[in-house]
Amino acid sequence: MEKPRITVMVPIDANTVPSGAREVKNALSVAIGRANLSNEIKVIETGSFGPTGVGALVAIQPDGVVYCNMTVDKAQEIVEEHLLKGRVCARYMLPGRQVILPTADNVDARTLQHTGRIVLDNCGRIDPENIEEYIANDGYEALGKALTAMSPGEVITEITESELKGRGGAGFPTGQKWSFCAPVVADQKYVICNADEGEPGTFKDRLILEGDPHKIIEGMALCGYAIGATIGYVYVRGEYALSIERLEKAIAAAESHGLLGKNIFNSGFDFEIKIKIGAGAYICGEETALIESMEGKRGCPRLKPPFPAQKGFKGKPTNVNNVETLANIPAIIRNGAAWFKNFGTSSTAGTKVYTILGHINHPGLIEVPAGVTLREIIEDYGGGMKGKFHFAQLGGTAGDILGEEMMDVPMDYDLMEKVGHVLGSGAILIVNESININDFLHSCMRFFSHESCGNCNPCRNGMHAALDITKRLKSGVAYPDDINALEEVVMILHSSAFCPLGQSPAGPVTSALRYFREEIERGVNRELNKHDMPRSNRKMEAINV
Amino acid sequence: MTVSEIIKKHGNERENLLAILHQIQAGNDDNSLHKDQLQQLAEIMDIPVADIVSTASFYTMFSLKPRGKHIIRLCESPPCYIMGEENILTALENCLKIKLGETTADKMFTLETTSCLGACGVAPVMMIDDTVYGELTEEKTVAVIKSIVDKE
Repeated sequence: MEKPRITVMVPIDANTVPSGAREVKNALSVAIGRANLSNEIKVIETGSFGPTGVGALVAIQPDGVVYCNMTVDKAQEIVEEHLLKGRVCARYMLPGRQVILPTADNVDARTLQHTGRIVLDNCGRIDPENIEEYIANDGYEALGKALTAMSPGEVITEITESELKGRGGAGFPTGQKWSFCAPVVADQKYVICNADEGEPGTFKDRLILEGDPHKIIEGMALCGYAIGATIGYVYVRGEYALSIERLEKAIAAAESHGLLGKNIFNSGFDFEIKIKIGAGAYICGEETALIESMEGKRGCPRLKPPFPAQKGFKGKPTNVNNVETLANIPAIIRNGAAWFKNFGTSSTAGTKVYTILGHINHPGLIEVPAGVTLREIIEDYGGGMKGKFHFAQLGGTAGDILGEEMMDVPMDYDLMEKVGHVLGSGAILIVNESININDFLHSCMRFFSHESCGNCNPCRNGMHAALDITKRLKSGVAYPDDINALEEVVMILHSSAFCPLGQSPAGPVTSALRYFREEIERGVNRELNKHDMPRSNRKMEAINV
Repeated sequence: MTVSEIIKKHGNERENLLAILHQIQAGNDDNSLHKDQLQQLAEIMDIPVADIVSTASFYTMFSLKPRGKHIIRLCESPPCYIMGEENILTALENCLKIKLGETTADKMFTLETTSCLGACGVAPVMMIDDTVYGELTEEKTVAVIKSIVDKE
């Protein structure tokens, strides 16, 4: 077959499939075939372009035109107008936002500075089910470089010097984590990719897995080489059917190309990857709970220490990293730590992938240098507010609620900590004035009380106590002392719960009280006596004494 | 496949328990795990049956109660909540004439809520079996249910 004259790219991912992207892709292929253009025009499936809430998308290359809200009928029209007659259908074009597509001048993946993307550089640009396209974009070059020209220690040094921090939420330095596991002597070690993405509002890992699965495989293999592990596991949520399917295909392709398996690149290094599928439990995103779940048990967190680096999966040394963290590894090894530090701020190197959603005009997936402000994200990337800004929640439901006064703080792991907030997993939920803060807090607590694993007492009971209070605040029937009680419950949880899940309601609740106390107090029934107290609060008080 | 065949396929080790439970449940018409199957599993894998029940009940995707042919999982996490999840729940309850957690009399649908499905870009969302439906409105929700009923 000749080299196609035109490429039609259709993102098939979690956000476009519900809008009929598969049907659109089929309609395009059929219409192109009917026009006898199958030799000249190639239709390919890609990962996410980034924008969401604009239906099924189609990009025509090399023209660089992106169409949105595609249907089967519109797809046929585009074949007739754009592809046959060369007339761009302006009325269907994606308005007012930038989708980064490879054009003649940035088709070389080395021009990353041009697109500013490290993690998502291939997402929406290559066919995720075709390993050759990944290889053509410098894929597996880093693995080759490490296995043939670097010692495991040098790989760890490179990652440590890049100052890459874990992108799962906690921000722990990745190189340091690897260096804990590397020196431990054992007959078997494991690398685990944590793809149990459950933090509400976060879907970056899903889109990375769907858009560029080979990057995760390469990152895991590099980690395995560095720490001396020969088996890797990807723990994926059971709900992520497409991610699982693409990963399985990618692993099989890597195996058949000799990039996984025995004696990779004739270096004597063996590495295989297996998939473990979760069954719906938010707590399994915590690394020790994830390991318990992988062992076929209830996903309850373990007491630390021993840390997984000493005793992890099946009691063997194990290194657990988030999907986005692993996706950064190949580029760092390929281009060096100094290159990576060109991106971001002095305290957080690299880029950060955010999912921006809620009441903004252009929700979606973005990758920006660490350190951009909330205002920039809303105005420059999110296309502005729908309605008037009320509050934002950073890093998912466990994250802090921010008022307008925090809009201009540069967001990176350290700077946010200085102002008393955490950056978290990368979800940015923007909420307008149509939502009452008490309704929102109730929704957050409903999530936590459902997801509490029941292992420790403070979380098992405290979540329900907090849920009760937020329920009363939502209905405007709260007792005068309820707000104090709520604060107390979340602080008890923060100081005594066994794992980060139990500790996390303190984030949204105390930050909401910091910015919106007056609005929260409107949920209190003023007619009740100051000393009136519901039974559940009395119980909490008894526990305190 | 029988329980023992499924165990043979995945391996007898404890670490395969979730995969085994997934496959057993998928093979049952009522989308749940049956008591006799868990009993059998316990004997073959040499794990106390209480331990298996405790593990299965821990995870949202497994059910020990019979469910409908299609499982509707409506996301109730904050991103979907702010986009109107409560209205969708009411629409589903009215359309199916059941409450949350119940199964329709014809055993066709079970209505559940779920935590984030990772499709927040098109919130509010629900997942019916393996398919995600996004940007739901009350009308669209009813239409989706109707289309499934028509297919049956």
